[in-house]
Order: sequence, then structure tokens, then C-alpha cells
Amino acid sequence: MTPPAAGALEQDEPSFSGSGASGPRLVTAPSPGILPADLQQRINQMQASRLDSKRLPTVPALARILPGGGLQSGGSYSVRNSAALAMALLAGPSAQGAWCGVVGLPEFSVEAAREFGINLDRLILVPAPGAQWLTVTAALVDVVSVVLTRAPEHLAPTDTARLKARLRQRGAAMITLGSWQQSDSTLGVAESVWEGLGSGRGHLRARRMKITATHPSGRSRHAYLWLADLQHKLRDPAGGHLPAGDGTPGSADGGDPLFWPTLMNS
Amino acid sequence: MDSAPAGDGSPPTATRTLLLWCPDWPITAALREHSLEADAALALVAKGEVFACSPAARQDGVRRGLRVREAQARCPHLICLPYDPDLDQRSFEPVTAAVEAILPGVQVLRPGLCAVRAKGPSRYYGSEEKMASVVFTTLAAIGLTDVRIGIADGLFAAEQAARVAEETDDADAPLCIIPPGRSPWFLSTFPLDVLDQPKLAVLLRRLGIRSLGDFAALKAADVRNRFGEEGALAHRMASGIDSTAVVPRLPPPQLDTTVDFEPPLVRIDQLAFAFRMSAEAFVGRLRGAGLVCTVLRVVLSSDSGEVSERTWQHPRWFDADDVVDRVRWQLQGGRNADSGLSSGITRVHVDPVTVEDLGDHADGLWGTGPDESVHHGLARIQSMLGHGAVLTAIIAGGRLLADRRVYIPWGDAAPGSAGTLPRDRNLPWPGRLPGPVPATVFAEPVPAVVVDAAGNGVDVDGRGVLSADPAFFSAGRNTGPRWPVQSWAGPWPITERWWDPAGRVLNRFQLVDPSGSAWLFLLEDHRWWAEATYD
Repeated sequence: MTPPAAGALEQDEPSFSGSGASGPRLVTAPSPGILPADLQQRINQMQASRLDSKRLPTVPALARILPGGGLQSGGSYSVRNSAALAMALLAGPSAQGAWCGVVGLPEFSVEAAREFGINLDRLILVPAPGAQWLTVTAALVDVVSVVLTRAPEHLAPTDTARLKARLRQRGAAMITLGSWQQSDSTLGVAESVWEGLGSGRGHLRARRMKITATHPSGRSRHAYLWLADLQHKLRDPAGGHLPAGDGTPGSADGGDPLFWPTLMNS
Repeated sequence: MDSAPAGDGSPPTATRTLLLWCPDWPITAALREHSLEADAALALVAKGEVFACSPAARQDGVRRGLRVREAQARCPHLICLPYDPDLDQRSFEPVTAAVEAILPGVQVLRPGLCAVRAKGPSRYYGSEEKMASVVFTTLAAIGLTDVRIGIADGLFAAEQAARVAEETDDADAPLCIIPPGRSPWFLSTFPLDVLDQPKLAVLLRRLGIRSLGDFAALKAADVRNRFGEEGALAHRMASGIDSTAVVPRLPPPQLDTTVDFEPPLVRIDQLAFAFRMSAEAFVGRLRGAGLVCTVLRVVLSSDSGEVSERTWQHPRWFDADDVVDRVRWQLQGGRNADSGLSSGITRVHVDPVTVEDLGDHADGLWGTGPDESVHHGLARIQSMLGHGAVLTAIIAGGRLLADRRVYIPWGDAAPGSAGTLPRDRNLPWPGRLPGPVPATVFAEPVPAVVVDAAGNGVDVDGRGVLSADPAFFSAGRNTGPRWPVQSWAGPWPITERWWDPAGRVLNRFQLVDPSGSAWLFLLEDHRWWAEATYD
């Protein structure tokens, strides 16, 4: 992994070519009554499913790569392969006093959640919803601001649409671990390097990640971050943001001592 | 008699009164509460002095007002218990209820002493003797035999009659009836001390008045002029024309609810359906009394004689649905809603343990706060999945990551005292994990395999020496592809409760695979487990 020296925020795939090409195809749709499946899919992709008016507080490092500049209320996001990333998304609203719910994740580590700045007093866990996943999630969406869940493998498209409508109505955001149809953005850890561990000595200290956020249209953004950037510490907003969170994520390539002194000392 | 208290010119008349006296009620109550023998030497202690003592203790010379040391010296096998006024009240309640069932309008003067207007009931039962015998039989049925009854004109005369009942009559039915109009005669021989006015008694004795009869012979107007209102009252009592009315108590509203099922119900949904009406009535009664219930006790009796009792708390207060849910959860006890019970339920008893004023819990004028809506939503999920399915978490102390999280069902108080567990976390736990905390901690450790470059299993010997460097690993039940180990650290020994045979000895490892995922592995008893992953 060779992270760029600066300006890590970039667009892997310029989206304009894709959306520009879709215009004529829409016009030549075969019959107005019945929409073919791929056309319906394209319409879903282009429809805004979130409320632009309200934005939930988000960890700055992630706000920059998310569409709309942060978690949108009414939006749904999926996180591919990292529980830590999902916790970082929860941390922003939770630190501002919002209630959060976690459904169907018995392995959710509460201690790590606390490290990320999630307020445990306002964190509701439903580890085993069983067959009533949809009902439980819908009921939680009614009362909490952010729901983190793992979607069941088979979910009828109508149920997905109803849940999405409920999210929009209640102004809550949903984060799913694993894939989710019609998510506003799919986040994932593309590359990851751990520091502090040798061969038989040391211990894990710091992690450097490349995080990608992929829009359903295919356009994606990525950022190079330290794990500590995701943690919503109280001192972050006061003493100026850590370098990585502030827009120069690539600057601290090899573990800047100024950047995270406590980790170096431990 | 021109100075009648009523002041309307008519001669004062005393109410015909039945007085029921249970001697040594505090002792009777304590004997029953602590299930002691009836002839045990028992003393109830208040403020270091004997407040009441049983007949056996009295025989050995224990008296009221004696210091505890002194009482114990006089009676070495004396049982001393603290005096509990609430216990007296509480244990007298069934007696009052039993009397109320046969005679209307009971006034409880103090625990152990109650009065009833005798006129109506005596006509109903035929005579005053028959009425008294009905009371004796009723109280014997609830296990109370040491009861005296006095019937006379006026409360004061009736009390004195009850106190002499034992000496005047046979032991079976200690009853003393003073015929109507004979109360002055009955009282005339009593000493002045029974008036319970020591200063007046001393003064009268100095004036040469020795008995109630002598006192009653004085003119009422003179007594009032000389001794004031208190003296006039004492004079009326002594004259047997005590016009103190018997004020019947209002029976307190019955707030608890009991439902019996005949035949016993064997299905939970059936029971929940049958109990719903009672739960609504229960909450309605509380509401009518201006109360809400915040702590509830549910007692379930089953066909086979089992009794399940549990106290439930509520973050706000119970409404009818919540009550039904608690009954259902208690029945389920971790099973599914459609499973049958081991034996049929014959009785459900719901008892409000803590009630609070409705005004303190009313909804605000402009709707309720956000946290209350959160609670409503979570209560709905709890009613779907069960009480223990909706959790909050706190972090406790421990070496293994799974030990460090403690789940608390929504609405329950944290285990132990509120401050204990979070403080526990800050204690030094040798062997706890350094560095960042993994984001995924498996609820149950996942079996894993770790091998060296030659494909042999990696192990740690008794001295903590690793057999070979780990080279490949896999986690999960399927022995799928083995990932190469890029970097690793360990073994970090964890010895839990080495003094205890049930203690554990583990070794912890951190492994990182080439994709940059880090894992936390445990080696216990030559077997590998994945404890957590840093994903």
C-alpha cells in the first residue's frame, strides 16, 4: 500500500460519464407501462432517498467522504467489512446525545463502542431479534436516531421499501453490516495496515486504513485514515482536529509521533 | 347534668360498644412473624428498654421499661427482638378484616384493640352473648384464641370490661357484659389510675377521692370549673356517660388483584388473554386512587404446588399491557411464547410493591419527553421478544473481553450497587489487553486452528514456551483456507483464579493476516479459539 503524500480525498471514478450515458437510455425505454428491472434499478439509484435538510453529526474524517457531507437522517448506509467503521458512524450522533440501537449483532463489542465515543447509556442492544428482525428494526427506527444492524440474507424488496419509507418518515439513519439494497453509500476498508506488532513481540498499537465510500451510481471516494481518527474523542474538536481528520490524511505516513503520542508511549 | 357536652339540653347518652382486646398484641404479632413457640420467653426492645414481653418472660420477672441487660439477667433464655410498630399494624390487619366481615363499622383504636357499635349487630345475631360468641368463633378460625371482649355503654366502660373479662368469666370465652345503664355502677369501684391522667389522679387522691365512683359523685359543673375541659372529660368517663362515638374506619381500597383459574390454564397465550381484564381493572383501581405502580410483584401458583414469585421494576410505571407482559415473561422464563407449561396455572396474584402519586408521573401538557417515547418503543420490542431481549450494557472489570461487558435488561437496575461495576473496571487486571479494543468480540469463542510452517499444531508448554512460530491460521468451524500469519505476538499468559480448581489458564495471541485484519486468539488446554477480531 502506497498512500499518496497528500490530498487523499479523490474520486476513483468520475461519475459524469456514467450519468451522462444514462440519459438516452431512459428515453428509449420500451414501454411506459412496464419498466424493465434494470431500468427500475437505475431509477432507484437516481432517486434521492434522504432528506437533504437534516444532517446527523458525523465524525469529520468520515463526513468528508460520505455523500452530502455526513450521515443524512433518513439515509441508509452499508458497511462492508468493518465493525469499527460502523461504530465510527454511530459515534457522531451518539456523542451529541442521540439514542442508538444495535439489532442482531451479538458480537458487538461494547467496550470498543465506548472507545469510539458512543454513549452506552443511550445505546440499546437487541442481540437476538430472531425471525422478527423487520418488526424490531422498524420499532427501533421509530425511537432512536441511528440503527446499526445486520440485514437478514433474504428480505423481500417490498419490506426493504417499507423500511426505507419508515426511515425517511422518522428521520433516522440505518447502518447495515454487509450488503443492503439501495444504500446511499457503501463504506468499506479497502486496505489496512497494523502497526506495533512484530514477529513474536510488541502489540497492536495503531491501524492505518484506506476507507472507500461507494455511491450506488458507482462513483466512489476514499480517504486514508488512522483508526484513532475515527474515535470521537472529546478533545478532538477543542484542540483542533488531528491532522488526518482535517484534510491531510496522507501526511502521517509512518506514524507521526506528534499525531498520536499516547500510542507511542504505551 | 346541665353541663352536657352536646349543649342541646338532652342528657348525654353513651353508645353501646363492643370492645375487642388482644392482650400483648406486639408479642403475639412477633411470635407469629418469627414463628416462635407460644410459650417462648420473648421481649421486644425499643430504645434499649423492654417495650413488651411474653407471659413466660413476665413470670421470670421481666417488666416493661426494664433495661435489656437487666431483663437478660433475670431471664437468661430471653429472646430479644427489636420492636416494629409496622409489624403490629400489618399483622392486625387480617383481624380487622375478619371482624369487619361479620360486624360492620370497626374502629381500630390501636393494634390489638378495636371497637364496634354493638346495637345493630346484637339485634341481628339475637343477643349480645351470641354476637360475642360469633366473634370468638370467627377469630378462632384465623388462629387467634387469646381475645377478650367487653360490652358496655361507652368506649371507656367497654375497655375496662374487656380488661376484667378474664377474671370474671370462664377461660373459654373471656367475655364481660355490663347491662345497659349499669356502667356507672361497674366503673365506680375502679381506681383513678385507669383514667390515664396521672396529674389529675394525684390531685384527686389528695382531695380524698380514691375511686371513680367518688369522682363521679361530684357535680359535673364543679368539676368543669375546677379542673377544666380535661377534668370534665375524665368526669364523664368516670360517670359512664362517655359519649365518644365509635368512628368506623373506611376499609382501604384493595389494590392488589388475584385471579383463580378453574380448570388450570396450560397455555401462556390463553393465560395472558384471561388475565388481561384483571390487569386493566388493576391499573384502573390504582388510577382511581390517584396512584401509579412502579414496582410490581407477581406470584404465580401452579397446579403441582409450585409458586413462582418475582418482583418487576418499571422505568416509568405499569400500564395494563405491561402487567400482562410481566406475567407472560415470568411464565416463559426463557422459553417461547407458544410452548406449554410444565403444569397448569391455578392462580395469578399481582401486588403493587411501590406506588407513587399519579401527579408525579403525568404526561406533560405539550406531549412527553423524547426519552419517554424511547421507552414506549423499547417496551413494545420487549413485549414481542421478552424482557431479556432488549439490553443496555455497562463495562465491568475482567481479563477476557467477554467478561468485561455486562448486559442489563432494559428497565432493570444495574446489578450490585450502582457504583461498583464501573469502579471494578479501573482495578488492575493483570493480563488485560493492551492497545485498542477489538470491535468484534464473539459471543462464544470460535474454534480455530494455528499451525507452524511445517503444518504441525502450535502449542505452549507448562513453562510458557511456544513450540514453534505460528505460520498459518484459520478460524471458524469449516476448516477452510488457511491464511498466512504476517505478524504476531504472544503468548500472553492469563491465569484466572489460580487458587480455584475451576480457574482457567489461557494464553493470548495477536495475529495479523496479509489483508491487514487482526485477530485475538486464545490457547486453552491445547486448543485454539478466536476470541475477537479487529475488523
